[in-house]
Amino acid sequence: MAGRATLPRWVDIGLIPLINLSLALFVSGIVVLIIGGNPIRAVGLLITGAFGDGQMVPHGEAIGFTLYYTTNYVFTGLAVAVAFHCGLFNIGGEGQAYIGGLGVGLVCLYLDFLPFVLIVPAAIIGAAVFGGAWAFIPAYLQAKRGSHIVITTIMFNFIAAALMVYLMVNLLIRPGQQSPESRAFAEHAVLPAFHEILGAIGIEVARSPVNLSLVWAIVACVFVWLFIWRTRWGYAVRTVGQNTRAAVYGGISPANTIIMAMLIGGAMAGFLGLNAVMGEHHRLLLNFQLGYGFGGIAVALMGRNHPLGVFLAALLFGILTQGGGELAFEMPQITREMVVVIQGLVILFAGALENMFRPRIAAYFLARSERTQAAT
Amino acid sequence: MEAFTQAVSILDATLRLATPLILAALAGLFAERSGVVDIGLEGKMLAAAFAAATTAAVTGSPWIGLGAGIIVSVLLALLHGFACITHRGDHVVSGVAINTVVAGLAPTLGNAWFRQGGQTPTLEAEARFTGIDLPFAEALADVPVLGPIYSDLISGHNILVYVAIAAVPLVAFVLYRTRFGLRMRAVGENPAAVDTAGISVTWLRYRALIVGGALCGIAGAYLSTAHNASFVRDMTAGKGYLALAALIFAKWRPVPVLLTCLLFGFLDATEARLRGVELPLIGAIPGEFIQALPYILTVVLLAGFVGRAIPPRAIGTPYVKER
Repeated sequence: MAGRATLPRWVDIGLIPLINLSLALFVSGIVVLIIGGNPIRAVGLLITGAFGDGQMVPHGEAIGFTLYYTTNYVFTGLAVAVAFHCGLFNIGGEGQAYIGGLGVGLVCLYLDFLPFVLIVPAAIIGAAVFGGAWAFIPAYLQAKRGSHIVITTIMFNFIAAALMVYLMVNLLIRPGQQSPESRAFAEHAVLPAFHEILGAIGIEVARSPVNLSLVWAIVACVFVWLFIWRTRWGYAVRTVGQNTRAAVYGGISPANTIIMAMLIGGAMAGFLGLNAVMGEHHRLLLNFQLGYGFGGIAVALMGRNHPLGVFLAALLFGILTQGGGELAFEMPQITREMVVVIQGLVILFAGALENMFRPRIAAYFLARSERTQAAT
Repeated sequence: MEAFTQAVSILDATLRLATPLILAALAGLFAERSGVVDIGLEGKMLAAAFAAATTAAVTGSPWIGLGAGIIVSVLLALLHGFACITHRGDHVVSGVAINTVVAGLAPTLGNAWFRQGGQTPTLEAEARFTGIDLPFAEALADVPVLGPIYSDLISGHNILVYVAIAAVPLVAFVLYRTRFGLRMRAVGENPAAVDTAGISVTWLRYRALIVGGALCGIAGAYLSTAHNASFVRDMTAGKGYLALAALIFAKWRPVPVLLTCLLFGFLDATEARLRGVELPLIGAIPGEFIQALPYILTVVLLAGFVGRAIPPRAIGTPYVKER
């Protein structure tokens, strides 16, 4: 694209995402107006919902929840972003996160004879292996048989859902219980929440589910950045994503690269299980991943597939999810699904309609730089 | 006789469960044969289901509800076209956007308007499409074998079931025997050739999307005003994706679409009945396995081990004049 190169960097990574986000929020505001709410008041409630008001809801609790949701979005956002770099649309984050959580759950249930310092890496490996395995089959079929990965990953989301219901209802359910949940994990087989860690060193923070997984999410962001821009494998991924023929010419195997990118993407999605299963619920249950796989698409598009962008976009969606929940509580005409509407609009404006404004903005900046050149 | 009655009732359920799949898969057929990927079937169907149930609840007429469902679904199809055809956006991203927006918007609006947790009010009998008895259904019911088949299986469905069945030969005719169908197939394979012949690629694809939108609207209206009596949140529950799977399984052809949808409907209808039943040799089949079977079959087919599903050649690629 000729227009892309002429854009100043701050426009490309700052202004354009901001315009897309503003449009999405503007349309959401219209929706709030239609259902008889006051959008300005809604924004206020949303922000106090996400950060707490210090009286009814302590800041620590609200921010803790916000960061908990952020962690989930970081993992699924990275899952989509890594695949995007390879030119693949990983729509299967939902299923990969589900099966990754299963891996975490199995480690916590059956390897809990291990001490805490060993069970955490075991759970991380479990999440990566199970999530990666669920991405492997669509990746292999795309790489070797040319089956379109969008369709196969969608199918695998449904297969994962059916598999999890079967496993939970028939095998992993705690005996003598009605709802399909496993037994609670052992005390040392869970990730401690921040309020517990801080409490142990004498700092009092309100209860919230944000836990050590947030640290792992930041590690994952750094890892993805290093992988994509600082390793030869990342170079291969980007080359295949931009020009498969050039990759072949350069001696890169597109098939192996596709499989590698999807394995890493699947592992990233699988890490959601650390946060949701091992960090919050402390047991294996159904639908802990619901909506985050698709939310990850919005996060990756918004964050322009850069780990830092993904983290910031995840933070934004964390704020929207937590704030939106509180908003639904305060304004009866608004439901939690309002956040899903905003996610969808972000996907629409930042993804599907990305070519609507870009050429115009590019033309404007091109004309401006020509003017300044003419003046000098 | 017991087994026969049960077979009739299973096939009867098959037909009812397959109807939305047939309509949605045919909708996808129009879009995809013209070269536009249609992941958004799910969202369009859900939006139409909501619009139809809401309008039928307010006006008391299922026909106005159906009209509203079709209009909303066509508008979303046009949005898809605006993103993919006019602005050359990514087809899959646009479809996901439509699905996500609708998944959030329908329960939000439903909750704001009716205050029933995102549901719409239950429709009275006259505000829905109810079963219609074909002529002589009553009189022939006692005839052995053919009587139950005619009066229970063929007669007694709502009008939209018959519309779905009738749509199959109609779509096949349009696709293979009309000028529009020929051009549409051509534009999905080689848009440059169609352009060279002086036909607008853009307008042709838009028309295909509009037809698909209308069919998807009927599918949605069927769910909320015929098969059920209200809209409930997430009522499509993956049927749009299942229809997409059926479309691929049928290799983008109308009559195989019908057969595949009937197969998927049959699996759905038998799932509840087979749960926990011991079959000879195999043992009890988990219901979840039968639920997942359509998706597994589609993946196997896509993998190309059993027959090969080759999509229209130009699918998913925006057409740029004068490259």
